[in-house]
Amino acid sequence: MNPVQGFIQPELVAQVGFAAVVTLTFTGALIAVFPRNILYNVLGLIVCLTGVAGLFLYLGSPFIALMQLLIYVGAICISIIFAIMLSRPLHLSLPSRRLPKVGLALGVGLVVFTMLIGIVYRTAWQPAAIRSSDWSVTTLGTYLLTRYDLVFEAISLVLLVAILGAIIISGYARRRPS
Amino acid sequence: MAAAWNSLVNVLGPDLTRIVIGLVGVLGLVQINALFLVWLERKVAAHIQLRIGPKEVGPFGILQTIVDGVKLVSKELITPRHVDRKLYMLAPVAIFLPVLLSFVVIPFSETLQIRDINVGLLIIFAFSTFNVLAILMGGWASNNKYSLLGAVRSVAQNVAYEIPLLLSLLSVLLWCNSLQMSEIVESQSRVWNVFWMPIAALIYLICATAETNRAPFDIPEAESELVAGFHTEYSGMRFALFFLAEYSNMLIVAAVATTLFFGGWKSPPFLGFLPVPGLVWFFLKTYALIFGVIWIRWTFPRLRFDQLMNFCWKIMIPAALLHLVVYAGIIKFIR
Repeated sequence: MNPVQGFIQPELVAQVGFAAVVTLTFTGALIAVFPRNILYNVLGLIVCLTGVAGLFLYLGSPFIALMQLLIYVGAICISIIFAIMLSRPLHLSLPSRRLPKVGLALGVGLVVFTMLIGIVYRTAWQPAAIRSSDWSVTTLGTYLLTRYDLVFEAISLVLLVAILGAIIISGYARRRPS
Repeated sequence: MAAAWNSLVNVLGPDLTRIVIGLVGVLGLVQINALFLVWLERKVAAHIQLRIGPKEVGPFGILQTIVDGVKLVSKELITPRHVDRKLYMLAPVAIFLPVLLSFVVIPFSETLQIRDINVGLLIIFAFSTFNVLAILMGGWASNNKYSLLGAVRSVAQNVAYEIPLLLSLLSVLLWCNSLQMSEIVESQSRVWNVFWMPIAALIYLICATAETNRAPFDIPEAESELVAGFHTEYSGMRFALFFLAEYSNMLIVAAVATTLFFGGWKSPPFLGFLPVPGLVWFFLKTYALIFGVIWIRWTFPRLRFDQLMNFCWKIMIPAALLHLVVYAGIIKFIR
């Protein structure tokens, strides 16, 4: 396909797209943290994760972007909302935010943030296009089941633990005399 | 015309032009589809119940839906006082957007496909989850017990039935060795997938009926117990948007079934000599499937909620898993 002559350049489209995706991610993250209505928080998280999916798309990996949507938005956020709906009613007055709790959350957030920043700065980033020219779904699948097999399995272990936890919690809650 | 076309392509670039025009076309298709399906549903229901159905407006009452649409547009939009306004307004829009995006990858004919992406099928399933989200938003924001119950039921049902649905499709993907819609169609040029894996097709169709909240799986909006379920508090055009999304979802699941199991736009092998374009075959197959879904709705009673969940977790999921394992074995050792 020959290059476009006209006043909407592909670069411009890409930059506008990038700005939109980053705005989406940040707004979503802010909504996920600040409002006191927990359902708004989850919806904010969904907006944020959709933005992250957009970032993956921007980086040229539509497969990861769609997986992000399918797993995080489709499965995890929906389960969170479901849990909220089954827990205490939302019209009851909210408990006030306690300072130690906020401080603790802030501390954990900062630690994770510094760790991530450290990793980002220590890694010698190489664009995927340089490392290999073949990033098809087939290649990704082969990598997941050969070279990164252990990581792949470890992730499923996390899910297994989560399921076991859910079973234990619901099992005890049912046995407990009300 | 040609000059206008050229200037449009010059301004937007060929890719963007394709997407913009495609989305406008899809918007038109979705509207016409809803107009037609509402009429078809009422007509089929009427004939199943030994009535005549709409007959006054236009030949066979086919213009009835247009008149109804005008009525809906002109109705007042009532916003109840205790709703969560932001989410209440957002839900009808949110339910409609993913529907539009899903059409981007569906191959209507050999050349008529907006975008042929190599992870095409994933797009449809990634965006179909937003549908549940919008139902939840609407049901919760309405601040009404019926709406909330409907929304909770809808999520439970959708989460459960999504598993066998995806598992049944995995067998197809293994069989065709591709996620690209055009390649999946191409691999069925001799024998349709439905003949290779009828059980997967059956599982898909059952789950798709459940995913679109159609009877006998329509407990999120069971009118005899929940008024209208998650859209009880919606009126006028907002209600119409929920309705439009439901019919568009039916079109999507039927189109996906056509593409994956019934050979897409390809003619049936023994009718290949007929000069019928692929587009016509595609819509014939799709609407035949939709007709089946409508037929099922008006002949089967609604299930109870526990029956529904038991059916999914105890029958559908094990069956789909077993099917996947058996077909993986067949592909590995026999083909």
